[in-house]
Amino acid sequence: MSILINNDTKVLIQGITGKEGAFHTGQMVAYGTKVVAGVTPGKAGRSFDGIPVYNTVKDARAATGADTSAIFVPPAFAADAVMEAMDAGVETVVCLTEGIPTFDMIAVRQYMKGRDVKLIGPNTPGVISPGSCKIGVMAGYIHAPGPVGIMSRSGTLTYEVVDQLTKIGIGQSTCVGIGGDPIIGLNFVDLLAMFEKDEDTQAVVIIGEIGGSAEEDAAEYFRRHMTKPVVAFIAGITAPPGRRMGHAGAIVSGGKGTAAEKISALEDAGITVVKDPARVGTTVQNILAGKR
Amino acid sequence: MKIHEYQAKKLLQEYGIPIPRGQIAKTYTEALQTAGKIGRGPFVLKAQIHAGGRGKAGGIKTASSGEDVGRMASEMLSKVLVTTQTGEEGKPVQTLLVEEVLEIGREIYLGIVIDRQKACPVILASSEGGVEIERLAREEPDKVITEAVDPCVGLRPFQANRIFYSLGIDQKLARQAMAIIIGLYRLFIEKDCSLAEINPLVITKEGSLVALDAKVTVDDNALFRHPETAALRDIGQENPLEVEAAKHNLNYIKLKGSVGCMVNGAGLAMATMDLIKLVGAEPANFLDVGGGATSQMVKEGFRILLYDKDVKMIFINIFGGILRCDTLAQGVVDAARELVIDMPIVVRLEGTNVEEGRRILAESGLTFTVATGLEDAAKKVGEIINGYKEGIR
Repeated sequence: MSILINNDTKVLIQGITGKEGAFHTGQMVAYGTKVVAGVTPGKAGRSFDGIPVYNTVKDARAATGADTSAIFVPPAFAADAVMEAMDAGVETVVCLTEGIPTFDMIAVRQYMKGRDVKLIGPNTPGVISPGSCKIGVMAGYIHAPGPVGIMSRSGTLTYEVVDQLTKIGIGQSTCVGIGGDPIIGLNFVDLLAMFEKDEDTQAVVIIGEIGGSAEEDAAEYFRRHMTKPVVAFIAGITAPPGRRMGHAGAIVSGGKGTAAEKISALEDAGITVVKDPARVGTTVQNILAGKR
Repeated sequence: MKIHEYQAKKLLQEYGIPIPRGQIAKTYTEALQTAGKIGRGPFVLKAQIHAGGRGKAGGIKTASSGEDVGRMASEMLSKVLVTTQTGEEGKPVQTLLVEEVLEIGREIYLGIVIDRQKACPVILASSEGGVEIERLAREEPDKVITEAVDPCVGLRPFQANRIFYSLGIDQKLARQAMAIIIGLYRLFIEKDCSLAEINPLVITKEGSLVALDAKVTVDDNALFRHPETAALRDIGQENPLEVEAAKHNLNYIKLKGSVGCMVNGAGLAMATMDLIKLVGAEPANFLDVGGGATSQMVKEGFRILLYDKDVKMIFINIFGGILRCDTLAQGVVDAARELVIDMPIVVRLEGTNVEEGRRILAESGLTFTVATGLEDAAKKVGEIINGYKEGIR
């Protein structure tokens, strides 16, 4: 099994006719994801590679029963698209868009209060449950089904870790990019709770980076609630303070959010922190071997 | 995006927050004229750079007469100011803010930031102004008052009230203080700020509140809806290589080391820098060509690495996903043919079409050190750098 998405997940794509949306829809379908609908205002009645397109998420849901939305909408309109999906009753929203203004995301988080909905991202490569469902822009073929849950704030660094694992024969239950922005939906703590409950996940990898306190919170949660082993890598030991390292959320400000702080919080909680990014795979291997 | 103190103060003024009388000067003559307009001294000259720590570094000086203002302005304007926050290379002083000197009774702190976890603005205040708020929050958390604001209803008067009374200021200043707190909050929201800070907010001997220093940072992602704020950008404060990189949509940050690196994706780029450090070298930069880089972007990235005279070797670390390794390898080869490259290059490619990518590199006739896997790449970078250290190269 997996968390968040599986074989039964019915996906709709907001922004299906855009360049990114179109390309990645094709990739997702090829991977086996059940993409049942697309939404682009003004383009209802058309079909995209056999997928029906609707003007609104509400229409798309009514016609197809889609329960999960992937958002490929430009940054200025993406927050609105997220809220539209939530209003229409979508259970899980995966927002791929990078560059959404922070205040728009504050509005989204307000909008989520009292609604039973999960948001992944924004600025995420997406979510994949290898072998069953991929919602996002990651290359599907590097993944393999297996016992390791991965959660990360970045894209290609996650692929790196996935690749290391797959190459030594260790598959993944679900890989989730939580997003590189300061304000996001699901965080490491939410996902740790899901992985802890997921029967098929035996170990979890956290790929963190400088900025914010998501890793510290994860450490605290681990200390109190987790029984499964967790391995972490934190990027940005060499990052200079006060500079945004690519991701809007990756910044050390006022001496807070440093890699060193995060590493010591994770280690204090009993999480294995890998210092060498080339050795995440083998570290997980050792831990799984020790457990069995 | 960072803006200058004088720009931040102008914004404060638009929101009804009192600032000292003053004006900017970019030349000796302008400095003299400004002093003349302010009237009799003493004056204060403040270097306008995108970094803090100016006072201790000689970036803030007082002058007793207009003549002194002119003399000091010419000295300060020709300088590159190095503070604890600028890095060794410092920041050029191209603009001064010349202001009246106020007689100060007390200094307080007032600032607004975003709380990532709660997803709302948080007002920070302290009766101890003029100090670094982060350090105060760490060392004496009791002295920092925080007030989280519900973004739906905005800042409520009772909250401004609570901040005011916790600061222990004279009741006579209540109205002024409330107007400043509310004004700063409006500015923060309306201009899409990630930071708005008055430090210190001073109570003058005459009994009024004035923003003596201010810092405003605007959310880059929101600049598209604030053209007037976007126009405040001062590229003179940015590293020229960084400015050039940004033109090509490359995320580049200049660092001090000698290993130039080019990576796709921000997280992997940071991890690559860390890896370089692990093998005993220092990264020359952060360069993220993007998860979906084109061969053209790879070429521009290459060019920027070569402009950097500190770079002694280049490490290209690409994990091709949707972006194919053959496309990337072709970009690297094209760039290497077009540009004169006289340093070792370690290339590590992984992911989609990796075999084809490696073949393109191997058959190019160029001398790349091709690494397989991150561990191998790190080893090869280490060998080359140690070669430099031992004077072999």
